[in-house]
Amino acid sequence: MPADPPLIALPLVLPLLTAGILLCLRHAHENLRHGVNIASCAGLLAVAVMIVARVSDAGVLALHSGSWPAPIGITLAADHLTAAMVLITAVTGLAVAVYAAAAGTGKFRGYFTPLYQALLMGVNGSFLTADLFNLYVWFEVMLMSSFVLVALPGGRAQLEAAVKYLTLNFIASAFFLVGLGVLYGITGTLNMADLSVKLVAEQQNDLVLSTAVLFLVAFGIKAGVFPFYFWLPSSYHVTPTPVAAIFAGLLTKVGVYACVRVFTLVYSAHQDFLAMILLPIGVLTMITGVFGAASQFYIPRILSFHIISQIGYMIVGLGFFTRGALAATVFYIVHHILVKTNLFLIGGIIGRRTGTQALAKTGGLYAKAPWLAVLFLIPAMSLGGIPPLSGFFAKFALVREGLLLGQWAVIAAALAVGLLTLYSMIKIWNEAFWKNPPAGDRLPDRKVPAMMLAPAVALAACTVAFGLFPGVFMDFSLRAADQLMDPSSYIEAVLDANPPDSP
Amino acid sequence: MNDPRQSMLPAACRLVVPTMAVLSVYLLLRGHNLPGGGFIGGLVMASALVLRTMVDPKREPKIDLITLSGAGLLVALASAAMPLFTGRTFFTGLWGGEIWLPAIGKLKLGTPLLFDIGVFIVVTAVAAKLLLVLMAQSRTRDN
Repeated sequence: MPADPPLIALPLVLPLLTAGILLCLRHAHENLRHGVNIASCAGLLAVAVMIVARVSDAGVLALHSGSWPAPIGITLAADHLTAAMVLITAVTGLAVAVYAAAAGTGKFRGYFTPLYQALLMGVNGSFLTADLFNLYVWFEVMLMSSFVLVALPGGRAQLEAAVKYLTLNFIASAFFLVGLGVLYGITGTLNMADLSVKLVAEQQNDLVLSTAVLFLVAFGIKAGVFPFYFWLPSSYHVTPTPVAAIFAGLLTKVGVYACVRVFTLVYSAHQDFLAMILLPIGVLTMITGVFGAASQFYIPRILSFHIISQIGYMIVGLGFFTRGALAATVFYIVHHILVKTNLFLIGGIIGRRTGTQALAKTGGLYAKAPWLAVLFLIPAMSLGGIPPLSGFFAKFALVREGLLLGQWAVIAAALAVGLLTLYSMIKIWNEAFWKNPPAGDRLPDRKVPAMMLAPAVALAACTVAFGLFPGVFMDFSLRAADQLMDPSSYIEAVLDANPPDSP
Repeated sequence: MNDPRQSMLPAACRLVVPTMAVLSVYLLLRGHNLPGGGFIGGLVMASALVLRTMVDPKREPKIDLITLSGAGLLVALASAAMPLFTGRTFFTGLWGGEIWLPAIGKLKLGTPLLFDIGVFIVVTAVAAKLLLVLMAQSRTRDN
C-alpha cells in the first residue's frame, strides 16, 4: 500500500481550500486574489509532480476516503494515466492563472479566481475518481463552474453561448445518468474496478452494450466528437482568453479521458464492439473538425474547430486498442493540452497587441514582433505535426500503429487531416504575421506585458522539450498503456479490502 | 402599513421567522440518523432570512453572504482534514463525546456533525443569496 495516501486527495483539497479562501477575499485587492490563485496552482503543480514520482515508483495509488473500503466507500485512484493528466492539468492551470492575472479579469467581478479553482477541482476529481457515479458528480462540478465562467462577463453573445453550452451538457448528463442507472441495475455497483470484475460475467448481456453506447454519447458530447461537436465552436470563441484557453486545453480532454478510462477498464470485454464504433467516429471527427477550421477566419474559431479534429486522433487511438496505440493516445492528449492552451493564449496576445483576433483586420505582425511570430510557430507547427516537435511524435506513434494493423483508410484520413491542419496554421501565419496590414485603418500597437508572455513561452518550452526528449515521455505513455491494457493492478489497488487504517 | 392586508405578513413573520430559525437548527442536529441534516436545515434557514427581507427590505442580512459561503466551505473542509492529524485517512469520521439536548436527545459530537454545519452554512448563504438577488431584481423592475 502507498505510504502517504492523502497525497492523491490533495489535487482536490487544495483547489477547494483556495476557492473557499478566495470567496472570502472577494473584495480584497485584485493582486492579492490573483496572487493566492497563482500560489495555489504552483502548489498543485508540486503535488502533481510528487504524484507522478510516487506512481512511477509504486504503481497504482488508491485512497479510500473516510476509511470505507471499496466498493462501498468513495475511492480515489491514480495510475500512470491519471498522474500524467493531473500533472498536465497543473501545468496548464498555472500558466493560465499567470496569464489571467496579467490580462485582468475585471468583468468577472471578483468571481474569476474561485470559479477557476472550482473548475480545476472538477477536472482533477474526474481524473482521480475510481467510481462512475463520482465521475458524474465531478462532471457537474466542472459544468457548473464552467457555465458561470462563460455567462458571467454578460453580453448577448456570452449568454447565447452559455445557454447552448449548458443545454448540450445537460443532455450529456442525462445520457450519463441513464447509463449509470441501467448499469447499477445489472451489477449493483458503480465502482469501476468492481464493475470491471463483474461485467466479465455479463458478456452476453446486450443491455451492458447499450450502457456502453449511452456512456459514449455522454462522453462524446463532453469531448466534442462527431456528431456532437457543434456546441464547442459556438461557445468557446466568445469567452475571454484565459477562460477559452483553460476550456480548450482541459475540458474536452476530460471527455476523452473518461472514454479511455471507462472503455479500457469497465468494458474491457467488449472491445471489438467498441472499436467498430470508435474508429468511424474518430475519423469523422477528424475530418469534420478540420474542414470546419478551414472555413473560418477568426483565430479562436479556427482553434476551436481544431480541438475537434485533434480529438478524432485520440479516439482513433482508443479504437485501435493496442499497447502502442493507447500509448500514442496518452501522448497525444498531453501534447494537445499543452499546444492548444498555448495557441489560445497566443491568440489572446495577438488580440491584445493589435486589438482584434479577426484575420482580415490583422497583418504585418512579423515585422513588428518577430518574437511573437516564433512563439506562435512552435505550437502551430507542433499541432500540424512537423518534426521535431511534440505533435510529430504523437502522430507518428499513432500512424505507425495503424500501419501495423493495416488500417489503411484510417491512416490516409489521419495524414490528410494533418496536412489540412498545417494549412490552417499557415493561414493564421500568412494573415496575421506575413501579409501587409490592411490599408486604411491603422492598427493599434499596444504593449503586451511580460507576465502575459511568460506562460506562453513556458508552454512553448514544454512543447520543445517534448520534441527533444520524446523517449522519456513515450516510455511513460507506454507504461500508462500497459496499465490500461491490463487493468489488474488498478483493480487490485482499488479493491484492496484492507485499507491501512480501517476503523 | 395601515392597510390590514399589509400588516398580516409582518405580524405572522414575527412568529414564523424565529420558529423557522429554531426548526432549521433542529433539522441540522437530528440529521445524522434521521431525516434532516445540513442541506435541509440550510434551506429552511435561508427561507427564514428571505421571509424577513420580504417583509422589510431594510432587514437584509448584514454580512456578505458570498463570504459566508466561502467560510462554510472551509468549515466543511476542516472537518474532512481533521482525521489527517490523527494519522487516519481523509474524511474518516472522528467521534468525541455525547451530549443530551432537549427535543433532540442524545447528540454524538464528531467531525461528521462539523461537516454538516459547514454544509448548513454554505446552503444557507447560497440559497438566501440567490433568492435575495432575484427579489431585488423584480423589485427594481416593479418600480
